[in-house]
Amino acid sequence: MTKVKMTVNGKAVTREVSGETLLSEFLREDLRLTGTHIGCDTSQCGACVVHIDGKAVKSCTTLAAATDGAEVTTIEGLANGDLHPMQAAFKEHHGLQCGFCTPGMIMSGVDMVNRYKAEGREVTAEAVRHELEGNICRCTGYHNIVKAVQDAATKM
Amino acid sequence: MYPTKYTKAASIDDAVKALGADEEAKILSGGQTLIATMKQHLAAPTGLVDVRSIAGMVGTSLDGDTLVIGAATTHAEVAGSAEVQKHTPALACLASGIGDPAVRHAGTIGGSVANNDPAADYPAALLALGATVVTNQREIGADDFFDGLFGTALEEGEIITAVKFPKAQAAAYVKFRQPASLFALVGVFVAKGSDGIRVTVTGAGDEGVFRSEALEAALTGDWSEAAAKGADVSAEGLMSDIHGTAAYRANLIKVMAARAVAAA
Ligand SMILES: Cc1cc2nc3c(=O)[nH]c(=O)nc-3n(C[C@H](O)[C@H](O)[C@H](O)COP(=O)(O)OP(=O)(O)OC[C@H]3O[C@@H](n4cnc5c(N)ncnc54)[C@H](O)[C@@H]3O)c2cc1C
Ligand code: FES
Ligand code: FES
Repeated sequence: MTKVKMTVNGKAVTREVSGETLLSEFLREDLRLTGTHIGCDTSQCGACVVHIDGKAVKSCTTLAAATDGAEVTTIEGLANGDLHPMQAAFKEHHGLQCGFCTPGMIMSGVDMVNRYKAEGREVTAEAVRHELEGNICRCTGYHNIVKAVQDAATKM
Repeated sequence: MYPTKYTKAASIDDAVKALGADEEAKILSGGQTLIATMKQHLAAPTGLVDVRSIAGMVGTSLDGDTLVIGAATTHAEVAGSAEVQKHTPALACLASGIGDPAVRHAGTIGGSVANNDPAADYPAALLALGATVVTNQREIGADDFFDGLFGTALEEGEIITAVKFPKAQAAAYVKFRQPASLFALVGVFVAKGSDGIRVTVTGAGDEGVFRSEALEAALTGDWSEAAAKGADVSAEGLMSDIHGTAAYRANLIKVMAARAVAAA
């Protein structure tokens, strides 16, 4: 077991974890933050995306033990009283149907818009499609997700 | 995943000690290959030695005309590095096309090179640019490093610390992505360096990354798209799978090479 200390959604967390515990398991089972979803076993679907020190990563392909000292943000930590502009845009543009992929889509979308803004790049529809290549949705056909991310980019 | 013991190494000595103490332990870097294979029970190391916190393992720098990239530098960091963009923009472009953004935020050059996946992007760059793999024990030229499918010259427990790239006069990488895996169905790296023209191919060879003699011959003396398209690339020794036949890949190699020459 390894002792880990991290900040999750702004709160300090200290726990003992075994070496093989995935960050996704740690978040869901130890911290009961079940908004982070597990959609595959092959590191390909993106349903589990969270931010570690501000960067989007797949929590199912990250060890909890390796996250010692990090700042982790999950979908539960995004809203600040009101919905985050990305969440509001997904609602507004019907960017979800069953909602399974949505936490990952939103975390990836926020990461993308933050990076593009910092680099002064335009959030085009083509760019959104390229940036969301690691997020798979079985329901929507993606059009409304792209619209939502582009709209949120104007409000973030 | 099977139980495993996690160790965060603070130094090379630390890592060597931890690896020496457990024969079944493995080096962990970005985990984008290793954790994925552990989840599927294709690997079950009893220990993981994380090398990402070792001083000097992360970052890019210029040493005269040589570009040095720390082994634990992520694909996103390579793509965004001012030194890489100045020295070999083709390498920054290659890194920006690996996987998806989350994979690029975690996966590292050292892990990719050590893994030598037959469809990975970096091996093609190292071989075309005549790079040198630096380990905790020695320096290995790319020509002697890659050794068949997932094989390398690394000894058990040998740690890659950096990769050094000489400057090329011209270089470019173009890949045709397999849209589900995001890996290369065929990727071609072309480089004009001090020892002539080198053309390497990933995603296609039965034995992993290789230099294409046919394309090198065609482009030496006639560095043009037409020369690449007209090269006599044989389907022999190329992979056939559900994504494409060897003949399809042979043709794609010429098309990617022509695009790379145009981009270089
Ligand atoms: C969805 C997805 C898409 C991907 N798409 C692509 C793609 O398009 N192109 C591509 O090239 N790759 C792709 N990859 C693979 C990705 O680039 C990995 O990051 C890379 O192959 C391994 O790097 P890592 O740092 O994650 O290594 P790890 O997974 O940590 O390790 C991989 C192997 O290397 C060994 N190792 C790691 N570091 C060292 C070191 N410093 N010295 C010695 N041995 C070491 C480990 O023991 C292990 O055997 C993809 C991966 C995923 C999950
Ligand atoms: S659950 Fe992490 S990528 Fe699918
Ligand atoms: S909304 Fe159902 S998977 Fe995307």
